[in-house]
Amino acid sequence: MTKVQNNKAWWLVLPVFLLVAFSAIIPMMTVVNYSVQDIFDQSSRYFVGADWFRQVLQDPRLHDSLLRQFIYSACVLLIEIPLGIGIALTMPTKGRWSSLCLIVMTIPLLIPFNVVGTIWQIFGRGDIGLLGWVLNDVLGISYNYAANASDAWVTVLVIDVWHWTSLVALLCYSGLRAIPDVYYQAARIDRASNWAVFRHIQLPKMKSVLLIAVMLRFMDSFMIYTEPFVLTGGGPGNSTTFLSQTLTTMALGQFDLGPAAAFSLVYFLIILLVSWVFYTAMTHSEKN
Amino acid sequence: MNKREKVSFKKLIPLWIYLLFLLVPIYWLVNMSFKTNTEILGGLTLFPQDFTLANYKVIFTDESWYSGYINSLYYVSLNMVISLSVALPAAYAFSRYRFLGDKHLFFWLLTNRMAPPAVFLLPFFQLYSSIGLFDTHIAVALAHCLFNVPLAVWILEGFMSGVPKEIDETAYIDGYSFPKFFGKIFIPLIGSGIGVTAFFCFMFSWVELLLARTLTSVNAKPIAAVMTRTVSASGIDWGVLAAAGVLTILPGMLVIWFVRNHVVKGFALGRV
Repeated sequence: MTKVQNNKAWWLVLPVFLLVAFSAIIPMMTVVNYSVQDIFDQSSRYFVGADWFRQVLQDPRLHDSLLRQFIYSACVLLIEIPLGIGIALTMPTKGRWSSLCLIVMTIPLLIPFNVVGTIWQIFGRGDIGLLGWVLNDVLGISYNYAANASDAWVTVLVIDVWHWTSLVALLCYSGLRAIPDVYYQAARIDRASNWAVFRHIQLPKMKSVLLIAVMLRFMDSFMIYTEPFVLTGGGPGNSTTFLSQTLTTMALGQFDLGPAAAFSLVYFLIILLVSWVFYTAMTHSEKN
Repeated sequence: MNKREKVSFKKLIPLWIYLLFLLVPIYWLVNMSFKTNTEILGGLTLFPQDFTLANYKVIFTDESWYSGYINSLYYVSLNMVISLSVALPAAYAFSRYRFLGDKHLFFWLLTNRMAPPAVFLLPFFQLYSSIGLFDTHIAVALAHCLFNVPLAVWILEGFMSGVPKEIDETAYIDGYSFPKFFGKIFIPLIGSGIGVTAFFCFMFSWVELLLARTLTSVNAKPIAAVMTRTVSASGIDWGVLAAAGVLTILPGMLVIWFVRNHVVKGFALGRV
């Protein structure tokens, strides 16, 4: 659609701008303010320049949780994106079954984050949970998310897959539905294989929704907080202490506002940078 | 015909397994909410042997429990109304006009999803305390606009771009003013889009806990925060916890039931 140049349209956007700016810019400036000061209490605060930034960039604890965070987000994307595409491809396109699928798939998306944690906390326990019971007593695999670090880590990953794969699948499904039937007819005439149909028709058409799915999943998995907090409180050891939790402990638990603020700005920049890389990489490949 | 049905059924097996994977943990929660605590801790039963509604009774008779639901529903509805009413004109502007800084503005709106909430909690708390909105429903509703408004603008813009521009032009020629055209003609045309957007606003506001918990203490405390009460010195009250969990899922299921046709249509149009 050709759009008309009209700067009066700003009047229509103004309410959104003011509303979001109120909730976005003021807190952001406060964080910037914290990050360059040493705060003891309301009255005594000193300007420290970039000291906090220098300190947090050398903090091994933060390096560890940053590394854990990257590995975790990579695993989330590697599992959820292909799985979501696969599910979207097998979903029925018409009739009662397709509505049923859509509704069942949206259920996990509508559960509050901490309830998701609770559900799996119960479900995975060896004594009262079905999953823990099946793994331990029926299959004979020793599984205990509260004591074993790798069990806890895998559980947090499975929770995320359970919670969010549907979002990827639903987005891909909507991308697939936008492909006109003529494309498939042409492919049939050309006797194209299923793979060729996927590679040359479905995947290119899903590109824009996949971009959204990848970005949303990256951002949200990179900021994961509630689920591991409810499930294990970050333990056992530090195995499921992700970046948000380290920062929250720093800011609210130890009241190290300066370093926490400095690192959360770094954190924000990392997310922005990675999202931008995804964005340009995917839009660039579209051009070729 | 029979053979074809069989093939398609086989093809769908992975899908059924996936749906089962989604539903089993939820079933376990529902199952547990109808059990007594002795049965829960006594052994594993696939169905409640000693069916009881006592856990739900605890929630519905204790004000500190059920007020949590009312609070959550209240600020979620407020958020939906605010988000939709500011996002509708903005989405119209983005879909119909080019203006100074439009692309940058859109990207800036989206970056608000990228700020890690953990450390922004304290500034949020200070901001809303300083303007006297701490522990009110409107504070949580406004804070949730931060991520819901950009999303609403984005979804609505997709739907609006699907409406041919000639409709606007004809209406203006016929003498409609902008507000009249918008309310009488345009909004009914994108009904499904509004349904889908409302659904997404509901979803993200309903599941969010960190901001909601930070901005409230008593009067507007969300249900998700009330749930931590089940952990006491004598251990966890599993039955009540499960019942409370089930009740947090129900509003979402009701909403999805009411907007299911819109959502299916929205997805089918390839617009969401």
